[in-house]
Amino acid sequence: MARRETMQRKIFITALAWVVGLIVFFPILWTVLTSFKTEGDAINISGFFSTGWTTEAYSVVQSRSNYVQFAWNSVALALGSTFFALVIAIPSAWAMAFAPGKRTKDLLMWMLSTKMMPPVGALIPIYLIFRDLGLLDTRGGIITVLMLLNLPIIIWMLYTYFKEIPGEILEASRMDGASLGKELLYVLTPMAIPGIASTLLLNIILAWNEAFWTLALTTKDAAPLTQFIASYSSPEGLFWAKLSAASTMAIAPILVLGWFAQKQLVRGLTFGAVK
Amino acid sequence: MGTISLKNARKAFGDVVIIPGASLDIKNGEFVVFVGPSGCGKSTLLRMIAGLEDLTSGAILIDGKDMTEAAPSKRGLSMVFQSYALYPHMSVRGNISFGLKMAGMPKNEIDAKVAKAAATLNLTEYLDRKPRQLSGGQRQRVAIGRAIVRNPEGFLFDEPLSNLDAALRVNMRLEIMQMHKDLGATMIYVTHDQVEAMTMADRIVVLNRGNIEQVGSPLELYNRPDSLFVAGFIGSPKMNLISGKPAEKFDAQTIGIRPEHLGISLKDGTWPAKISLAEHLGADTFLHVDAGPCGMMTVRAAGEYDAAPGAKIFLTPEPDRIHCFDKDGKAIRK
Amino acid sequence: MATQQTRTLGKLAVSPSVFVLFMWMIVPLAMTIYFSFLRYNLLDPNPVCSLLTPGALLDAENRCLAGFTNYYYFLTDPAFFKAMGNSLKLVGWVLAISVAGGTLLALLLDQPFFGRGFVRIMMIAPFLVMPTVSALVWQNMLMDPVSGFFAFISKSIGLQPIDWFTHHPFAAVVIMVAWQWVPFATLILLTSLQSLDEEQKEAAEMDGTPPLSYFWYIVLPHLIRPMTVVVLIETIFLLNVFAEIYVTGTAGPAGNLPFLVYQYGLIANDIGGASAGGIVAVILANIVAFFLMRMIGKNLEA
Repeated sequence: MARRETMQRKIFITALAWVVGLIVFFPILWTVLTSFKTEGDAINISGFFSTGWTTEAYSVVQSRSNYVQFAWNSVALALGSTFFALVIAIPSAWAMAFAPGKRTKDLLMWMLSTKMMPPVGALIPIYLIFRDLGLLDTRGGIITVLMLLNLPIIIWMLYTYFKEIPGEILEASRMDGASLGKELLYVLTPMAIPGIASTLLLNIILAWNEAFWTLALTTKDAAPLTQFIASYSSPEGLFWAKLSAASTMAIAPILVLGWFAQKQLVRGLTFGAVK
Repeated sequence: MGTISLKNARKAFGDVVIIPGASLDIKNGEFVVFVGPSGCGKSTLLRMIAGLEDLTSGAILIDGKDMTEAAPSKRGLSMVFQSYALYPHMSVRGNISFGLKMAGMPKNEIDAKVAKAAATLNLTEYLDRKPRQLSGGQRQRVAIGRAIVRNPEGFLFDEPLSNLDAALRVNMRLEIMQMHKDLGATMIYVTHDQVEAMTMADRIVVLNRGNIEQVGSPLELYNRPDSLFVAGFIGSPKMNLISGKPAEKFDAQTIGIRPEHLGISLKDGTWPAKISLAEHLGADTFLHVDAGPCGMMTVRAAGEYDAAPGAKIFLTPEPDRIHCFDKDGKAIRK
Repeated sequence: MATQQTRTLGKLAVSPSVFVLFMWMIVPLAMTIYFSFLRYNLLDPNPVCSLLTPGALLDAENRCLAGFTNYYYFLTDPAFFKAMGNSLKLVGWVLAISVAGGTLLALLLDQPFFGRGFVRIMMIAPFLVMPTVSALVWQNMLMDPVSGFFAFISKSIGLQPIDWFTHHPFAAVVIMVAWQWVPFATLILLTSLQSLDEEQKEAAEMDGTPPLSYFWYIVLPHLIRPMTVVVLIETIFLLNVFAEIYVTGTAGPAGNLPFLVYQYGLIANDIGGASAGGIVAVILANIVAFFLMRMIGKNLEA
């Protein structure tokens, strides 16, 4: 910007942007505030702030529904599915970016098109297969599903990031005698770290928040935080401080992660599609 | 040791022929330059030798052995890329030693080799820096260092100087020539810059649309171009090519005369001409003249030539410096 | 360009992902199609059949061919039309809100102001919230007619609180889903706005272009491509909204196709019927995808 904006205008925009931002953010803020109230204060809305801050709701939630186990499942599902997806996706994206054939573009479109297929089309068979193989409510089963679910997006994103890397560098490593495995491990992957980080982050978020398959295929042992929260929809759990505490605990890890990795997140959220 | 032979090497993508079939023998220790306009297939040919592109047919022999199907790293060749292709996440040391590590060389040997290469190339104090912290010339040296340590039979250079500024380019040119003298290894060097080709090469290979037009020493190409294409490509400023009436006197379709082989006179001469523009370079003056039936021509006058646009002069070609070409563009030898 | 060897390696490297995705797409789809022609209810394992039973596929349960009966019942179920309407309406409304709202918010955030980084992360935050959490928070703490925050606002300015989930359940679902997707649109459009050539802005300024014309002739054309990306990605996710309906219990009034299939299958245990519904959903998604690709294919190519 070569020109000096008038201060008045900047202050006006600042005020407007902050008001809009706070409105958008309000439901989350409100949830966090409520989680530190007593049940009485929580239901009595007229006091915006609590009369006495307390973490009581948190301890009740933990003792009653074992938050740690659900959270641990969420972590295992998100990291596990992301890890296996990357292991499969990196070689694929490498091949499509650096050794493209005539069909590469079509292949990429086909992979994306698998995302267009509604999960309900596969729900019944997957449910029955899982039931018969004893995979219902197991981490391995859900990890597989989440991995397959996000694989097309991961391949697409890695492909767009890899395309930005000059092919000559990979050729140099081939001249240097690196095998394909070493080329991927020592040259491509370290160079693509920012892109891979964005992909990783987005995929963890998508897997963490995935709420169709996790709700349909888990009940207890492998149930992640989506189930943990869904159990609060029954009237029995309708105590708002506790509901808020549970919600806060379910979304906090992702919000904190997003906060610290804002740059990668912004890049990841655009799916590498917008420069 | 280090001979490279192409036996009718051909490259085509479906119907699109890039290299119709190239045959060439490169002797051990020779410095060969592939030169030609962009898109003439010179880089493709180099990459075929490197093993980065397949041959559609034909063969490549390195050191007498058939290497047509061998992996790039098994050919005993090193390559310096146009963009340097340094590994951005590795230090200079890491870049230079990567190939040795891949070959499974013991660490102390690697260290010794890297130290030696770094000393030769004045890179010792930069060994722990990343490529992005280096200047263009230093990056170029790292790329060369990476090529040297593997002790190859031959070096391949793919337009290595095109990303450097003019002054640095002259320096690096000298360094590469010095390196060639010191190592005595075979080198193939690709460029589109005919000045680089003329100054560096033992032998120049001129390529045009995938065909080898002529192979020869720089002066052979300069003095006896086989074709119109070579005549027009080698030499700066370009050779004047004249067709029509003036050419018919020599029983040729086209005649060529270099700007430096035209005599200038104010009184009389073979071709009358009118100066339209003069470029003063100090040591030389290039006159762009309108020579009537001969068309526009360029003439070199030594030193400072006081020329006013519009002034009339006469040009006389040195008789034994006139190149004659037939209607296919081939040289007519008498 | 690469050598034959590299291309062969490339094919090898691609094959695992192609294989698993192919299996993931084809096997369940084939089974769903097969089931959709069966009389197959988990609660009634041995229904009386007059037709020959086909060979057992997964287990030894007795299942009979049902022809198009499942399709007939599913397609004539009044719930189907309602669900299909809801599916399309949900996609349409949320897309409209998020593209329009996202553009406005992106234009705002593109201006220079204090604390841009912080406001941006506040704006993105809803997209990071788990759908089940979003549904519960909106349903209870914001939209509850007695003690919800909206009711509190209404009452304090002297209005009758709206009982969202009784009287406007569909609108409630649209609002909570849009809350999650507007940030996504904003972010994509903002990223694109920031890549708008600074010199173009200055040239327009030199020409004395009024702000509205500037937006119409320069900004909007620049945003067409990212808008296309937004529409494409959001459609994929919005056709499959599930958790919000599952959690808020708005299945009746706001239930969409995915939820109806879930009800048929995992609640009523009618595998045949649910499979027929699944196939209908797949066909619907393909029709939407077809038109989507045709409409925006040109934009993505450029």
